[in-house]
Formats: sequence, C-alpha cells, structure tokens
Amino acid sequence: MSTHSITLKVNGEEHTREVEARLLLVHLIREELELTGTHIGCDTTSCGACTILLNGRPVKSCTMFAVQASGAEIASVEGLATNGNLHPIQEGFTEKHGLQCGYCTPGMMMTTVALLKDNPNPNEEDIRWGVAD
Amino acid sequence: MIPASFDYTCPKTVAEAVSLLGQNPEAKILAGGHSLIPMMRFRMATPAMLVDINQLEGLSYIKEEGDWLEIGAMTRESELDRSELVRKSYSLLADTTRVIADPLVRNLATVGGNIAHADPANDHPATMLAYGAEVTATGPDGERSIPIGDFFLDAFTTSLSHDEILTAIRIPRAVEKSGGAYFKLERKVGDYATVAVAAQLVLNGDGKIASAGIGLTNVGLTPIKATAAEEALTGKVLDDASIKEAARLASEVAEPIEDQRGSEEYKRHLVRTFTSRALRKAQERAEGGGV
Repeated sequence: MSTHSITLKVNGEEHTREVEARLLLVHLIREELELTGTHIGCDTTSCGACTILLNGRPVKSCTMFAVQASGAEIASVEGLATNGNLHPIQEGFTEKHGLQCGYCTPGMMMTTVALLKDNPNPNEEDIRWGVAD
Repeated sequence: MIPASFDYTCPKTVAEAVSLLGQNPEAKILAGGHSLIPMMRFRMATPAMLVDINQLEGLSYIKEEGDWLEIGAMTRESELDRSELVRKSYSLLADTTRVIADPLVRNLATVGGNIAHADPANDHPATMLAYGAEVTATGPDGERSIPIGDFFLDAFTTSLSHDEILTAIRIPRAVEKSGGAYFKLERKVGDYATVAVAAQLVLNGDGKIASAGIGLTNVGLTPIKATAAEEALTGKVLDDASIKEAARLASEVAEPIEDQRGSEEYKRHLVRTFTSRALRKAQERAEGGGV
C-alpha cells in the first residue's frame, strides 16, 4: 500500500495532501477538501453526479484515483459562482427548474459548462449527445 | 465503495513500465481506468500494484502512415470521436466510438484499454476484427505485431504476456470504394451492447465485393469474426440474396447465451438484422454516400 504527496488546484486554490493510492478523487474532494457539492450517486461509473472538470474536461471523479490528479486543475460546482453571484448556468438551471430531484444537478451543471465552452450554440441533438448519449 | 489497497506507480517511459510489470506479477496496467476502477471498487479486481501508463509520452495519436491508420493506445475515445480523419475515412470506427458508454466516460476511456481489457461486451474488438487490424505489443524484447484475429483468447484474456503493453493499433488504410458501419442495441445509453455488429466492405471497380469484414459484439466469450459470412460475400454483388445469406451465416457463428438482455433466439435474430443493416450501410458509404 503506497501513499503519495499530491498537489492539485481546485477552483483556483492549491492544495497539498498525503493520500493513499486507493483514495478516489471524489473522496478527496468531498472528505479531505470538504467540498460536498460534488455528489456520489451510483458508484458504478454510470450516473455522472460526481462530474468535475479535470483540466477543463468533464469526467467522473469516482472513476479516477486522487493520486492521478496530482498537478491537475479541477473545477467543482463550488467554483461556479463568483463573489456571491451565481454563474449563468446556475441562473439558467434555476430559472427553468432544470432538474428532477436535484441530486445530480452539480454534475449536470459542470457537464453543461464544458459543453457550452466547446459549442456555445448547441442544437437539441448536440445537447443530448454532449450530456448523455 | 473503496478499492482494496495497492501500490501505485507512474512510470515515465514504456521501458520502465514494462520492467515494473516484469518485476511484479500481481501488477495491472491502469490506462483510462473506466473498466478497471469500477472492478476494483467492487473488489472483483484486487491488483497488488497499478502501473499507471497515463504519463507515458507518445502513446496518443491518430495518423495515416504507409498502408495503415495508426492509433496510439492511450488515445481517448473523445479524441477519436473528434478526429476529422476518422470521421471522413473510417466510418466504422467513427460509428463505434460514438456508441461507447457516454461522453464523460469517453473523455478518459482509451482505445487501447477497450481492446486489451478483452471484455466481449466492449465495442472496439468486433470493429477491429472487421477491419483486420493489428495490435502492437511492447515488451522487454521490443515490439511485436499481433493480428487481431490471434489476440482474443477468451473472456478478459488476450495473447499479451504479463510484461507486454498494448501500445498501438493499426487499421488497414482506407482505400477508394471502402466503407463500414457499426450497429448496436443498448437497453439505455451507456449500457453494454445487447448485440452489436461491425461490417466493413471494400468494393471492386465493377461494384462486386473485393473483401468483407464482419465482427460480432457480446454474443460469445470473445468477439467473433464471422468468417463464413465474409467468405460468402467475397466476389459477389451485395443484393438481397447475398445479404440474407451473410446474415444467416453470421447468426450461426454467434454463441449468445440468455441473460437479462434477452434470450439466445432474440440475440441471434438481432445478429441477422444488424448484419443486414450494417452491410447495407457499409455499401452505401463505400459508394460515397451515407456518412
């Protein structure tokens, strides 16, 4: 069993931690960094509730070890709002009630942020494909 | 769920990775991790060591060279999906990549991992069988090339030795009048195939079939190459009769078992239907249409 010293940036802030190799990135984010906006849903790499941006790309943080993220820049849902102002995606989700139970909403919002960065004017098919298909 | 403890290593060169594998018989390679990490969380896999090959340089590329399209093993599915070259000239591969799991998974999952994991439900293996691809394996004695037909020995078992890494996959370079298609039924987005069929055709100047490749996903312990169907098509014109015969032969070589995704009979029926559809689409594309 190996442990490793890792340094990574989360929402612009640098963190250094000693981690066991088996620690999943989502557990680092939630339990060590106490950013609990990133949720654990299925735990089977299916649902996407745990989606974060890894160097700008949306990935499931339950399917990566924390040690693999050393040196990376991570964005989680807590980083969307700035100076107390909601991000336009958060505004949009609120305005359109873009959720069902809300549990996976942090992941949906991170995925949406990445989708719109790649493609600012997606049509319905682009959205379906970009979010889930 | 929390995986069992292991030692993590992150070599910087292929030689170092090969040597770590050689010294540690219980080590597993960690590529995109989207098959291995779920298995570790379920403790279906409890490797004593992981050799993370994500930091190895030079294993992520898509390029035409000589008679081949060469793809680095660590190329992410999303990179294949975005490749203009793949979309333009390798329709079977483009089809396949787009139906693997979901877009988040495709951001990390690799083509090499999809093949080396040898899960009969994975999608690239059947496609590579249809293309007649070759795998490049790098071990202590350097590189060797393995025809894809010799690669899959059993479920989750390949002809790679423990200290070999799948470093590249080569597909015969696209020629004029060639095209392919991948048809997959999944119960919901992101599920493994109930059945999927890959077909690749090369046509002669007279419109007859110069060569046909057909691969079947998730209807046996390994991906299955429908050799009899391929041979029956060679030299023929693709019409209702030749398609029907090829579809019948493909469904006969399938070895599906009944499970939560359907009965054996249903799956054989799907192999027939998808073989027909994939062949028609492949022909349309080989003739320059139907992207």
